[in-house]
Amino acid sequence: MSDLDQFRSDTRAWLEANCPPEMRKPVTADEDVFWGGRNTKFASEPQRLWFERMRDKGWTVPDWPKQYGGGGLDGAEAKILREEMARIGARPPLSSFGIWMLGPALLKYGNDEQKKEHLPKIAAGLIRWCQGYSEPNAGSDLASLQTRAESDGDHYVINGQKIWTSYANYADWIFCLVRTDPAAKKHDGISFILFDMTSPGVSTKPILLISGKSPFCETFFDNVRVPKSHVVGTVNRGWDVAKYLLQHERAMISGMGERGVGRPLGQIAADSVGVDAQGRLDDAMLRGQIASFEVDEAALACAAERAVDLAKAGQGHPAFSSAMKYYGTELNKRRYEILMSAGGIGALEWESPRSHEGARPRAWLRTKANSIEGGTSEVMLGIVAKRILDLPGA
Amino acid sequence: MPLLLNEEQTMLRDSARGFIGDKAPIAHFRQLRDSKDATGFSRDHWKTFAEMGFAGLLVPEAHGGSGLGAVEAGVIMEEIGRTLMPSPFFATSVLSVTALRGGSEAQQAAWLPKIVDGSLLAALAVDEGNKHRPHHIAMKAERAGNGFKLSGDKAFVVDGHVADLLIVAARSGGTPGEREGLTLFAVDPKATGITIERTVMVDAHNAARVAFDNVAVDADSVLGEVDQGGALLDRVLNIGRAAAAAEMVGLSDEVFGRTVTYLKERKQFGKLIGEFQALQHRAAHLYTEIEVTRAAAMKALQLLDAEAPNAAAAVAVAKAKAGTTATLAVQEGVQMHGGMGMTDQFDIGLFMKRARVCQELLGDSNYHADQLAKLKKY
Repeated sequence: MSDLDQFRSDTRAWLEANCPPEMRKPVTADEDVFWGGRNTKFASEPQRLWFERMRDKGWTVPDWPKQYGGGGLDGAEAKILREEMARIGARPPLSSFGIWMLGPALLKYGNDEQKKEHLPKIAAGLIRWCQGYSEPNAGSDLASLQTRAESDGDHYVINGQKIWTSYANYADWIFCLVRTDPAAKKHDGISFILFDMTSPGVSTKPILLISGKSPFCETFFDNVRVPKSHVVGTVNRGWDVAKYLLQHERAMISGMGERGVGRPLGQIAADSVGVDAQGRLDDAMLRGQIASFEVDEAALACAAERAVDLAKAGQGHPAFSSAMKYYGTELNKRRYEILMSAGGIGALEWESPRSHEGARPRAWLRTKANSIEGGTSEVMLGIVAKRILDLPGA
Repeated sequence: MPLLLNEEQTMLRDSARGFIGDKAPIAHFRQLRDSKDATGFSRDHWKTFAEMGFAGLLVPEAHGGSGLGAVEAGVIMEEIGRTLMPSPFFATSVLSVTALRGGSEAQQAAWLPKIVDGSLLAALAVDEGNKHRPHHIAMKAERAGNGFKLSGDKAFVVDGHVADLLIVAARSGGTPGEREGLTLFAVDPKATGITIERTVMVDAHNAARVAFDNVAVDADSVLGEVDQGGALLDRVLNIGRAAAAAEMVGLSDEVFGRTVTYLKERKQFGKLIGEFQALQHRAAHLYTEIEVTRAAAMKALQLLDAEAPNAAAAVAVAKAKAGTTATLAVQEGVQMHGGMGMTDQFDIGLFMKRARVCQELLGDSNYHADQLAKLKKY
């Protein structure tokens, strides 16, 4: 038996023994997701057990180095772990912008001290992070951001406003883009900085969305003092860190569909609209839409797998995550249009225990942001056109 | 297994690309088309294909072949798709070899070495109606004496007019619509009662209609078990579908490459047209579709080689996806090339015609999406 086969059988046995049955059911409610942080509470005992067991193996971040609380797995092993978790439908033990976005950026750009300080706390779910990127007048044109950080001895004094800060109201720390040199060209005067959300001068306000609730906030900085040592990477070169992090954010968003609804769309639709004598969905057009959706979904899963393989072989294109983000988010919107169509009248109920307080229509509305957040579909297509296809007029 | 070509497969691709690009560029296909060549492909090139080991790619080494798999067949098909090279590779080396491998040792020993050395061409006769519906085969195989009598009509028999051997799917039992009751026969096209009409199709590649009027075949011509041909036929069709998907990936990628080059060269309104965002976004979308399709085709081919239980679903995904992507690629290709794209002198239209034929070949995108829905039981 090869080492990898051995790893697979050990992993399978460990997951079977340690993943509670409750943690193998699809995520259907907000509280099914464990985000960690200073003020966190577990929704259930199985959720706690599952998190702690995975944390103790370093498998909240399986491919991070062990010294930072990771599992130290190589690419092939991490893939096997993902496959084995998917096989039993295991939930992620910890969801975290620290894992998906900040961690990779710190591993690449952080200094030793920053890595030692922050990475283990992310891995152990002790600190919940939020992302301070977008500003009211700088959406897709992110680099035109205006939040300024003025030098004052060993500190920066930060003033400005961020918007669309997901879960800012629950976050402990923020990773934030600030303008440290207003005189420089717009990409050249930005720095990437970390600070505690309890710092004096930080305030947040939730934004009500069309889905009736929202993870998003407006975040305000009023003379927030942050030590200069909290800058990640080089001062005024924060754009490099930001871009690198965005690749990870896009990869994360493009994968959102996979965590979706658990049961196959065809079955969900069959329960709702019924089947004909041959057992086919009793709505031929809907059946066709689902089938063509599933062709694209399965093909996208292949492309995601191939992207990982290409990256591992050193043949990946850094901008390919933009193509995947575009495709994945457009597909996820299609999935929810189909779900709404399949649900019919039943999917319209907004406030009732029967509809889980309108879980489906709220999720449907939520997906409309997928092709806006993390860079709009149009921005993604522009990146592909210019960076991969090398079309003129950048 | 990574969804990448390994070193040997990359070498195979490079040698196929070298030969095909050099000896069979689109000009070669045009010349055959314009001269109304009776064979429709170059026998010299086929001899070279045999010498390079391509003709017998899927033939086991015991019968003199290369003993390679579906992934390698897909590699060749993708290169064929890039230049529209007319070649017996699909009908003989992919479909027929797979069918013959379902036959007895004696049958394999009789036919396979001749395919390896390039001296035998074979064709698969499946389709009857206007759309690919293999389980609706109505062609009759009635028991007669020691053998069978075949009656019925086949259409869209790729390379049917040049085949030295026909592999025919007929109904020895059951009723049209059932998978049970099908039998595959290896038939001499010169047998009494067979009429072959070469059908010149929109893409100018080889296809034929074949009529069987009480054609007597003996029991030795049966490949595999009588009435049990459904499983073998599925295997043959699935590798053919994945191979056709690979051809469409090559075709799409080639058209796309030409189109992007054109966007960087052509000026209108004082600008390179590639500067226009409307075109940039469409090009970027098409790029993404092609990359997604490439991965899906590769997955299907790998799963066929692994004989994985989910291979059939992966093939349905690949063929459905490749059909829609190729359709998009050629439409965008013509549109972005403007009026030039509509001229015969320009190559893009040739790809458009071939894409339409590949779409119908062994089931179009609708057929395969429907198959996927059936596999998933809704």
